[in-house]
Amino acid sequence: MSNKKNDLGELWEVFIQSKNGLPYKHVGSVYAHDKEFAIHNARDLYNRRNEGSSIWIVKSSQIVAVDLDTSDYIINNSDDKIYRNPTFYNIPDEIKNL
Amino acid sequence: MVKKNINYKFQKRIDNNIKIEPRDDMPEGYRAHLIRQISQHAHSEVIGMQPEANWITRAPSLRSKKILLAKVQDEAGHGLYLYSAAETLGASRSDLIKKLHLKEAKYASIFNYPALTWSDIGAIGWLVDGAAITNQVSLQKTSYGPYSRAMIKICKEESFHQRQGFEIMIKMSHGTKEQKQMAQDSLNRFWWPSLMMFGPHDSDSTRSERAINWKIKRESNDFLRQKFIDKTVPQADFLGLTIPDQKLKWNKKRNSYDFGEINWNEFWRVVNGGGPCNQKRINHHINAHKDGEWVRKALIKYSEKYVK
Ligand SMILES: [Fe+2]
Ligand SMILES: [Fe+2]
Ligand SMILES: [Fe+2]
Repeated sequence: MSNKKNDLGELWEVFIQSKNGLPYKHVGSVYAHDKEFAIHNARDLYNRRNEGSSIWIVKSSQIVAVDLDTSDYIINNSDDKIYRNPTFYNIPDEIKNL
Repeated sequence: MVKKNINYKFQKRIDNNIKIEPRDDMPEGYRAHLIRQISQHAHSEVIGMQPEANWITRAPSLRSKKILLAKVQDEAGHGLYLYSAAETLGASRSDLIKKLHLKEAKYASIFNYPALTWSDIGAIGWLVDGAAITNQVSLQKTSYGPYSRAMIKICKEESFHQRQGFEIMIKMSHGTKEQKQMAQDSLNRFWWPSLMMFGPHDSDSTRSERAINWKIKRESNDFLRQKFIDKTVPQADFLGLTIPDQKLKWNKKRNSYDFGEINWNEFWRVVNGGGPCNQKRINHHINAHKDGEWVRKALIKYSEKYVK
């Protein structure tokens, strides 16, 4: 995850959409000096078997990630809000389509 | 005190099967072990291209040439996935390659044996990729997230490698008498080195125990070797070929094959540089790297000129 530019260029993260309409998924990273080469390298490396119909690339240095110290705050914020889930509610058995 | 605390918390995460990610705290020993193992694995994928690439121009048909090209290209890809995984631990790719060139880093010894005939290409896919798959399937559950994800991706791609190899073995062993003899000869030369791919006996494997505790390694060398033998022997029977081990025998009680002792002198000799092709493999890598220098330079110039 070092973002220093070296003789291979910069590090880019690769996201692939496996099928039209589905979300993009992170698959790995490539080095490249610019976005055209990054797309080209990503295609060669991560799409040799039609794994995807579309590719996103983004400079690794541009990704903002949650700090470990604050990750509890991100994860645990809904434990006390179970009423946000449909199973929280009691509905009589004879009621259908709800 | 702080360090002890990190180790305790870390081991608890490992014991609970929580994957470790690049930004997580980890003991230095864990990081160092992974960089060594993953880079060694990456080097193996890349050096492994050499014996097979040797046959691309001489493949017996257009079909087999296309298949071999695709396989060798896959191995290059595997190397790149793994270098990326090593880099998430703070290693730099150029340093790792430098260590390979200086012979400070190892790669799988099997690639120090030459591919002399076309049926060697069959034996390599069947046995060498087969042994690698046995090991890599187990590593899909390794505790380090990026390594585990690389293994899952690699395993998906590997199964074609083994099948194309076995297909060549079927053609050769069911062909003319000379072809069958050639297939037998390939099996004779690649059988024992393939078993050596699993490494020393558990009792002689110095780093194994720690790697198992950290769940970097999920199964032991001897366990995986036995697993490989048990699934491969019936395949050799199907081909009508004889595995070059007189002690190989089904053991009803163990529900496994008994087999003879590996020549550990040969194992250590090849690991330490004395195999038939060690020097050749490294020289070729150094030269290929040098030959690519102008491309890297041109890209840097391009980037200085046109990329803001
Ligand atoms: Fe491999
Ligand atoms: Fe591979
Ligand atoms: Fe392979």
